Order: sequence, then C-alpha cells, then structure tokens
Amino acid sequence: MSERLWELLADSFWQILIPGLTMTIPLTVISFAFAMVIAVVVALVQFANIQGLKQIARFYIWVIRGTPLLVQLFLVFYGLPDIGIVLDPFPAAVIVFSINEGAYCAETMRASLEAVPVGQIEAGRCVGMSYLQIMRRIVLPQAFRTAFPPLSNSLIAMVKDTSLASNITVTEMLMTTRQIISRTYETLPLYCVVGVIYLLFSTVLTKLQRIGERRLSSYGAQKE
Amino acid sequence: MLEVREIQKTFGDRPVLRGVNLSVQKGDVVAIVGPSGSGKTTLLRCLNFLETADGGEMTFDGETFQFGRVAKRDIARIRMKTAFVFQSYNLFRNKTALQNVTEGLIVARKIPRAQAEATGMRLLEKVGMADRRDAYPSQLSGGQQQRVAIARALATDPEIIYFDEPTSALDPELTGEVLAVMRQLADEGMTMLVVTHEMGFARNVSNRVVFMEDGVVVESAPAKEFFEHPREARTQAFLRTFGARADLPGDAV
Repeated sequence: MSERLWELLADSFWQILIPGLTMTIPLTVISFAFAMVIAVVVALVQFANIQGLKQIARFYIWVIRGTPLLVQLFLVFYGLPDIGIVLDPFPAAVIVFSINEGAYCAETMRASLEAVPVGQIEAGRCVGMSYLQIMRRIVLPQAFRTAFPPLSNSLIAMVKDTSLASNITVTEMLMTTRQIISRTYETLPLYCVVGVIYLLFSTVLTKLQRIGERRLSSYGAQKE
Repeated sequence: MLEVREIQKTFGDRPVLRGVNLSVQKGDVVAIVGPSGSGKTTLLRCLNFLETADGGEMTFDGETFQFGRVAKRDIARIRMKTAFVFQSYNLFRNKTALQNVTEGLIVARKIPRAQAEATGMRLLEKVGMADRRDAYPSQLSGGQQQRVAIARALATDPEIIYFDEPTSALDPELTGEVLAVMRQLADEGMTMLVVTHEMGFARNVSNRVVFMEDGVVVESAPAKEFFEHPREARTQAFLRTFGARADLPGDAV
C-alpha cells in the first residue's frame, strides 16, 4: 500500500474516532440510561399485574418490537414535523433509541423479575416488609443480577445500532466516514476503519461486562 | 393465643382444608403431622395469609378475624407478631447471613442498624452461625441456611413461629442440627406450630400432636398419648407406616 493511503487511514482514524467519542458514545449512554428507566417501569407494572398499565405496557412492546428501528427514526425525525413537532437530530435520535431499547430491555427485566423465586417475596412478607420494600431491596437487586448479561448484550448491540442515526443527519461515526469517502473515494479501507472502531468500542464494553459480572457474582446469588 | 375455627380452602375445585379447628396456647409446641397432600402446609400458609383461606375464623392475640375478609393492615399487623420458617429456607439470596436476620428489623421495624446488628449477632450466635455472618446463602449448606432462617424468624421477637417442614429438604445428617435448635427454642418456651414428618421431634419435643388427612383433623392429642394410645384407626395405621420406615437405615426419626 502506498504511503499516502497509510497517512489517510491514520488521519481518518482520528477523524472518525472523534465523533465516536462526542456522538456515538453520548448517544448510546444517554439513550441506554433512559431505556433502563423505561424498562424497569414497564417490567414492574407487568410483574405487579397492575391492570390498565399492564395492557399499555404490552401494547408498547408489541408496537416497538414489531416495527423497524429505521422506520421509527424516520417517523420521528421526518414525520413528526408534519404535525408541527420539529426535533434536532440528536434529541430525535435519543428519543427513538430510548423508546426502542426500552421495549427490548423491558422484556429482559420482566423475565428476570419472574425468575426470582416467589419464596423470596413470601419471606419478605413474613418478616413484615411491604411490597415496595420487598421489590426495592430483595427482588429488583436479584433481577438486575440475572438481567446483567442480556442487558450488556443489548448495550453492545445498541452501540452499533447508533450508526442508523446517520440517516437522520446525526454526524456520528458512519456519517463522518461517508463524508471522508466522498472526498477521497477510498471506500473499502475507510469502511474497514470505521468497522474497526466499532469493534474497539464493543471490545471495551465486553471487558466491562466481564468485570461487572465478576463483581456481581461475589454474592453468587443465583445458585440454589 | 391462637384459635382457628372451621378454616376452609379450595384450590380450583379441589378442597384442601375442609373445616379445620386448631388451638395453640402460649408456650405450646404443636406438631402437625399427616400424609402428603393432607393440607398441613396450606393450613400454615393460611394462618400467615400467604394463602387466602375461603372461610372460617381465627382468633389471634385476643382479636378475631374472618378469613377472606381480613384488611391489609390487619394482615401486616399480624405478620409483625409472627414468623415463618420455610421448607426451602427462602433466605434472601442477595443478603449475607447477618443481613438476612436484620432486614426485618431495619427495614420493616425501623430499628437502628447498630441495635439490629447486635440482635442479629446474638441470634446467629444462638443458632451457631455467628462465624458465618458474612456468608451469602449460596455459600452455606442447607442446614446452615435453615439455622440462619430460624435466627431471622427469632429476630422480630414473634409471639408464635410457624415451621413448614423445616427439615424436609435436608440430608439426614443436617436434619439433626436444625432439630437441635428447634428443641432449644421449645425448651425456652417459644410458641411453635410445626408441620413435620419428623416423628421423633413430634414425640419428644412437641406437647401436642395434630394428625391431618384430606383436609380435616383426624386426631389431636397430647404427644405422649398420641403416640402411645392413638384412638383413631387411621392414626394407628399412619404411625405403623412410620414405625416400619424407622427401621430403614438413614431415616432419621
């Protein structure tokens, strides 16, 4: 390979990494945080069998999981202005990613809550704890532990899904890559570069997941 | 202090409790025995409202409650004065041994942490588990878990402790350590209602034995009388099968 190409790759590596740090990661972290809040609430209303809210939760999951993320992005960013709701690209992306990821994580959380043996709740009742105390101190911590690996999975998937935000003009890594390609015509090497950066991000998250799991397993609570 | 009259419970169309009467005085150790499916466990769970009985009434501590129509706050109040030991221990899996014992004190009764921990340590000491205070349930044997569970039950200073087959999930070798703790409690005058298959415990520790079958009480008598002169033919037959099983190696009676 020519020296010129190497130089281009090195330069573009940094040029793509920067929106990675300023866009992709914030977009992921903020959206995932909102998604977790949504997920816990949506899972809890189902677990606690609150009529009305439970049906709304099922409807939400049904719609969001049943439609493509890209369609949801377009609908919010290009569709909502038709009814007077105009959003900037970044907030639009945060809203869509939060709502989308929330639906998937809600299902993970619900399954994890249901995996907590009913005896844990009964024991809590017998020592005089209220339902909320039992949920907060006994059931949710155990459910989070069960949910941690699949939630990490969702987070890693989400980092990569943020590349879809380039379609609604968020200048994240893929968008930046495309801009460099349109200038240099080095299509193959540059897509390789952006791929490598995504791989890097995922690798870091995988390592973090492993550390997190090790820390959580200190109480080895899943063994019967 | 506990009086149960005509308690009834049906699961679907299957009657499990068909009018059971039961009376426990302060300081009593009452053993409930009987074949599997006789309704013993359901009875115990109804008394602590883990199941909702369909009919009958209960007098606890001078107050009478109609089953199926007990207010939530009354249930909470009754639970504050009782404790439950489960067959499968049900220790909080995300809490250490000590935290399991103090949880009901700190969270449900708002007792200061230091005071709760002092109580917790005293009780772990009592059941011989003080040295494992920081162990999680998954790091303990079944017998150890059940002893911690008994310490947890004692922590809230209950007026009565319900034991639901506390040794049924244990190896015969581990059964002894749990029964020893229960015997000690009985000697100290703790009021206990114990569903059990341990005929040795029923005979030697309890002062009354209630024999249940098919959702009714077949016979209820002082322990000595129950084992030496059972009145009902059904009780005699039941005790014979246990007598035969006692000869088998490894069956702790």
